[in-house]
Amino acid sequence: MANNILVILPHPDDEAFGLSGTLAKSIREGARVTYACLTLGEMGRNMGVPPFANRVTLPRFRKLELEESCRTIGIQDLRLMGYHDKTIEFEDKDKLDARILELLEEVRPGTVYTFYPGYAVHPDHDATGAAVIRTIARLAQERRPIVRCIAFSKNREEAIGLPDVKVDVRPFLKQKLGSIQAHRSQFQIPKLSPTELEDRFGTESFYTYKFS
Amino acid sequence: MQLIHPVQVQIRLNALRDQDVFIHLEMTSGAYAAHNDSSKHPSATFITNARIRYAHGSIEGAGPYRVGLKTENGWVYSEGLTHWDENDTERLILAGHDAQGKLVVALQLSRQPF
Repeated sequence: MANNILVILPHPDDEAFGLSGTLAKSIREGARVTYACLTLGEMGRNMGVPPFANRVTLPRFRKLELEESCRTIGIQDLRLMGYHDKTIEFEDKDKLDARILELLEEVRPGTVYTFYPGYAVHPDHDATGAAVIRTIARLAQERRPIVRCIAFSKNREEAIGLPDVKVDVRPFLKQKLGSIQAHRSQFQIPKLSPTELEDRFGTESFYTYKFS
Repeated sequence: MQLIHPVQVQIRLNALRDQDVFIHLEMTSGAYAAHNDSSKHPSATFITNARIRYAHGSIEGAGPYRVGLKTENGWVYSEGLTHWDENDTERLILAGHDAQGKLVVALQLSRQPF
């Protein structure tokens, strides 16, 4: 269904900076969003300032933060996939791909958002993006959804050029800042003027993945 | 998490010795170390729910603290510990946070798996 969006990212908060405004905009325009979050970010280093979480309690806090972020954005369907932070690249690829395929078959998305494999810095990001691309590449061409990838490694522009999709999310800064703030164990938003906030957070960029 | 109270931590260490306990031991520079500063080397290691038994364990230093646990055939060592969870009476949860509040090191002991 063209109006269905499937988001596949490994950590609670991966949606906040790069995607939350775009999702809020699509939802306003009538999209239904399923967000499959692979882990609970249980190995994160940030525990709040001052630290209110620890290694044992962090996943509990992060799950609540993720749920709040989704409510703020308007995401209708959150799936917690139950993998462990930092381990996605070591998972059995066939099993991981099979779970992604199940999601694709159930949601039938017109658009999928994930990380651009190789250009997303964190090993979990790259492994998640790689699994999504592998799985979609195996679908018949006419069944493939559009895949929009987030890339932020320093070498991305030399390697894959400039992003082809830029979304003006300034009208959705309330949702975006709400999403970032929901992840309070991870981020503290700096005190910025409205103009500075728009400059910093007002645009989201994606690479449409080209299947060969 | 609270700042470590070494006397209280020592009492917990004593209560967990001479029995099988589960350990989570971790050190990390963060996955973004090199992305944020190319002079940095990203490194991290953790072992979770390994079983150990120590005959003697102590917390040392003036803060940040060091903990050493003497096992039958070797040692567990951790340096840079700053915080603990004083409200967790069953387990010993120790962590070291840097100046930005980020976790750098963790040492946890429990009779039940984490």
